[in-house]
Amino acid sequence: MIRNLLCISLLGGLCLMGRSAIAAPESHDPIKITLNDWTGELITAHIMGDILKKAGYNIDYVPADYLAQFSGMENGDLTVAPEVWATTAQEALQAAVKTGKVEDLGSSGMQAREEWWFPEYMKEKCPGLPNWEALKKCGEVFSTPETDPKGRYLGGPSTWGGHDEERIEALDLPFEVVHAGTDAALFAELKSAYERKAPIILWIYTPHWVPIKYKGEFVEFPRYEPGCYEDPGWGINKDAKYDCGKPYGPIWKAVWSGMKDKWPGAYAIIKNYKFDNKTMGELDARVDLNGEKVEDVAQDWVNKHEDVWKAWLSK
Amino acid sequence: MKKASALPAGVVFGKPVNLRHLPWLIIVILSVILAELPRTVFPRWVQKYPTGWRLSLADWISAFMHWLTVDAHLGPLTVSGFTRALSFLLDLPLQLASMVLATGVLKGQGSEAVMLFPPVPWFALIIAIAALSWTLRGWRLAVGMTIGFLYLAVFGQWTSAMVTLASVLVAALLSAAGGLALGLLCVRSATFGRLLSPLLDVAQTMPVFAYLLPMLILFGFGPVSAMIATVIYAIPPMVRVTVVAIQGVPDELRSLGSMTGCTRRQMTWRILLPTALPGLMVGVNQVIMLSLNVVIIASMIGAGGLGWDVLGALRRLDIGGGLEAGLAITVLAVMLDRFAQALVPDARRSGPSGSRSHHRVIAGALALAGLLWIAAALWPAIAHYPESARLSTGPFWNDLVSWINIHFHDPLDVIKTFMLLHVLMPVKRFMLALPWPWVVTVVTLAGLWMGGIRLALTVGLMCGFMAVVGLWQPAMITLYLCGVSVVIAMLLGVPVGVIATQRPWLMKSVEVFIDTLQTLPAFVYLIPIVMLFRVGDFTAMIGIVLYAIAPAIRYTAHGISHVPESLIEAGTMTGCTRGQILRRIRLPHALPDMLLGLNQTILLALSMLVITALVGTRDLGQVTYAALSKADVGQGVVAGLCVAFIGMISDRFIRQAIRQPGS
Repeated sequence: MIRNLLCISLLGGLCLMGRSAIAAPESHDPIKITLNDWTGELITAHIMGDILKKAGYNIDYVPADYLAQFSGMENGDLTVAPEVWATTAQEALQAAVKTGKVEDLGSSGMQAREEWWFPEYMKEKCPGLPNWEALKKCGEVFSTPETDPKGRYLGGPSTWGGHDEERIEALDLPFEVVHAGTDAALFAELKSAYERKAPIILWIYTPHWVPIKYKGEFVEFPRYEPGCYEDPGWGINKDAKYDCGKPYGPIWKAVWSGMKDKWPGAYAIIKNYKFDNKTMGELDARVDLNGEKVEDVAQDWVNKHEDVWKAWLSK
Repeated sequence: MKKASALPAGVVFGKPVNLRHLPWLIIVILSVILAELPRTVFPRWVQKYPTGWRLSLADWISAFMHWLTVDAHLGPLTVSGFTRALSFLLDLPLQLASMVLATGVLKGQGSEAVMLFPPVPWFALIIAIAALSWTLRGWRLAVGMTIGFLYLAVFGQWTSAMVTLASVLVAALLSAAGGLALGLLCVRSATFGRLLSPLLDVAQTMPVFAYLLPMLILFGFGPVSAMIATVIYAIPPMVRVTVVAIQGVPDELRSLGSMTGCTRRQMTWRILLPTALPGLMVGVNQVIMLSLNVVIIASMIGAGGLGWDVLGALRRLDIGGGLEAGLAITVLAVMLDRFAQALVPDARRSGPSGSRSHHRVIAGALALAGLLWIAAALWPAIAHYPESARLSTGPFWNDLVSWINIHFHDPLDVIKTFMLLHVLMPVKRFMLALPWPWVVTVVTLAGLWMGGIRLALTVGLMCGFMAVVGLWQPAMITLYLCGVSVVIAMLLGVPVGVIATQRPWLMKSVEVFIDTLQTLPAFVYLIPIVMLFRVGDFTAMIGIVLYAIAPAIRYTAHGISHVPESLIEAGTMTGCTRGQILRRIRLPHALPDMLLGLNQTILLALSMLVITALVGTRDLGQVTYAALSKADVGQGVVAGLCVAFIGMISDRFIRQAIRQPGS
């Protein structure tokens, strides 16, 4: 009997939760979530926003540059940066955390992968791919007048780091790095080459729509271990660091450190937020390939996965 | 900027090489030898500026900014508290504008906000603006404005465009008013003018990225910071134009004013400003164009709007979408400019205003617009342009670029390879091989020759600065990239300017073309260029040429068409052919104007560096961009100063050349 009563009251509680909020929000000031300029981040931002809204919080979305957003968070002008990639913004995040005004809320569960990537049709022209050793003989296949006789590898913006020059040196690859200034330029070149089935090898990252839309593979370098980047004696080349592939890195969430006191509940939700690459890839594709709206895709996920995100609230 | 209009014809062109050019010749030959010598000939410190001698200016600036934003006090207030208060004040007009145009009257904030009253619906705004335009300048302007706004509505750009319009409107008003005030102060006090002038130079040439970070720290992340950045970028031409226009008021009018006993205020408001008004409107035009130029960068720090749409579309490689949003920026620029120009009473072509029936029509139209606005508040469904009636040409543009890419890639590639191997790469190698002490010496000597000790010191110090802060190599790459682009822009622009002046119909279409190029965000056409020519210096060069060619054309055309008729008649009477008139009379006479055009072309080329950094150049633009990504305030400012100094060095030389015709 008592158990039944408990059940009923619990159910009633759940009903109430569904209607309004779990608990009254600590502050009605809007929590400002940044919108960066790639689809995956927009989806994450809107999913977080929708969940926070259901928990009764007031949300504001602010379009912000990926790198400029950190100084916005340091001032408290922005509250949440939903996706901070270990692979691209580690330095910026560390610098921001050091000021004491930005807090790293840990991994979102998604793993960023970035590596040399080639379209599938290049396998014919450079047999042996995706094994990296095939590249040793393929310099000419990928060469352009500026780099001839070496191959041209299109790297990410130089701000992304990545140690590709050192990798080429350490693995003795006949390649030269050309840096794209933004990823828009990076993918523009891929699109152009793909349309003409022209040779190209470049830096691609996931989760992203490109590996979904274009067929191709990542080059398989010797697998990354921390020792590879720190100890020259590690790996094939005994005298050089970076004789391996790139590290996989988590995608973090970062918030303004004042959030913890101002909206403790929302802070906990962001902290508990977990996602995975596969789901994100699917949502990404719905937006970029099927032309659905980011808001609708995010809303749809939130509506269908109540059990998932409810767990983040209670903790 | 006095024009040497008394320049005797035929002095410059067709003159035999005389001894005065000998030093230049020697310098060129010596430079080539120095660049070709094996590097090991020189001591180490000549090859590369030693790291040990480097001035850690960047670190000092970072430390200073930290002190300024955290510890510094203005009386009881911290500096950042003060700037935050200022930013709160500046936010008020911005909020008002966006309330009317974009967001409506809101209660509450964020997602809890409730709209109490909607923003102006599109049809009401069109009716009101069309009616106003009609009274100001007649039906032509009215039709033009209507078409412009319809474009925004039909192509689904309305909401973003209104966000952008609100912020640009306020920024342009602030720049115009502030520029006017500063300009008046410069006229009143020569000392103030001298102090302000280098600051204006820096503001005009320093890449926006360089001061974005300090700005965000002081004024907070959001539309206000974006607006302040816009004002800093757009205000210099307004100040300059004001000074020139006010000084150009005839002395007779001034003495008339003092004779009739004007007070200083009356003199300013009743005599100087009205007389200088046509000149001042040139400044307003520049302010509007420049404000819309930074829409993209402003959107990166919280302004949102069309700039954000452009960036987002291009990241998805939706070239058509980027183009449509970009064109919306152009449309806004043209409409704002035409409307602002129409506000000035034009003696030659008065509109139909004045008669009573016209007043009645206007009142009726405005009342109708107001009623429609209220109607939109009562039935929100009608307020938005129906989604089903929207048009998009996006797929067409995407397909077009793909088609060109597939069918014309190879011939285009041949051109590119030729340019790279025979022009770009040799010049780059040459510039990088020059030892830095030599370059600094040559620049200083040139200053001494052309303008004396003051000029020599100014340019020599600026040039040395780049070595001392350890940015010599990116500075040389900047010089090479901009140098080649400017030469190409002049080679293309001057002939186009000359030909266009002979044929008025051609001038019209050329003007439309360069207006579009100047206001369309460069990123929109850079991405298709990347698809055709790959990432690299060639792509950056095309981008810079496209953006910087406008003044080359405009100033040439202006110079050529303003040659006094009497000179041309004299030429015709002495039996000159058309070609001879062009070569012997028109071109020499237009030379000062063309040099001003060159000056502007260089400044525009430098301001494009920030954008080309986004397609992978390795110059100073890239350094500022990288500094932004590492939150390194000092490095960004120092690299930005280097860009500004390159611009100022070339500016000083060109001005000197204009002052001494024939040298």
